[in-house]
Amino acid sequence: MSFIVVFMWSFVLWLALTAGTKGMLWSAEELAAGVVFSLIVGYTTRNVVGEKAGRFLSPSKWVGFIVYSLGPLFWGMVKANLDVAYRVITGKIKPGIVRVPVELENDAQYTILSNSITLTPGTLTIDACPEEKALYVHWIYVRDEHPKSSEPISGSFEKWARRLGK
Amino acid sequence: MIEYIIYAFLAINIIFNLLGSFSLHRFPDVYTRLHGATKCTTFGTIFAVLAVVVHALNQLRITGDPKYLQMALHSVVALIALLLTNPTGAHAIAKAAHLSGVKPAKAVIDAYEEKLTDRGESR
Repeated sequence: MSFIVVFMWSFVLWLALTAGTKGMLWSAEELAAGVVFSLIVGYTTRNVVGEKAGRFLSPSKWVGFIVYSLGPLFWGMVKANLDVAYRVITGKIKPGIVRVPVELENDAQYTILSNSITLTPGTLTIDACPEEKALYVHWIYVRDEHPKSSEPISGSFEKWARRLGK
Repeated sequence: MIEYIIYAFLAINIIFNLLGSFSLHRFPDVYTRLHGATKCTTFGTIFAVLAVVVHALNQLRITGDPKYLQMALHSVVALIALLLTNPTGAHAIAKAAHLSGVKPAKAVIDAYEEKLTDRGESR
């Protein structure tokens, strides 16, 4: 399964990088080389990519990811960037590292949530501890020293991470 | 008309990248500097790439030269790579800094330090 997934996505990446070699499309040589290299990449990484690789083929996941990154994530980045810009100009900061309890099940959800938190400025994930269900987040302006959920830090990101990482 | 959209995107890019580098000078320690240096610049770079994509698609429409299609697609691939690696790198730097004993300056709370002390992983 993971072999097929890696092969497909390597080939799609190859197509994106070599588009326009014959008119707007691909020349036969490029396609053949792409198949060969994707086979090599897929074969060598077949034990590295986990068992649940099949979820990378699910179209609903991809639609979800695109909606998430263009909608809530981008809007969060806009708001947070203006906030950090304000703090850079005025120098009003109150930094600290807070423990954020989260309700997530697997590593993919932790990755999505901590990367989203880090991408929105003002918050920076220092460490994720799945064994105690918590993230340690450096916050540039601490509003709540002991948050009960991830709501004050990341808004709706936790719901999205739970849905997308299943 | 399209030129003005490109100029607007480039202006946003320059403002946020400038603020990001300015924050290196303003903020007191490694964690707060990471906020400015990695995140403001990501946001700025998104708009730099958008400007390139709009310009390339516009040129593609006018000239029909496939090299502009390549330009747009390659920029988008670079943007995706940046969005995936930037938070990971920032997280790695921050955790390494904390584990090697850099205290957050002016911090009101340091829960991570308390956790490490509880476990007896003192330094």
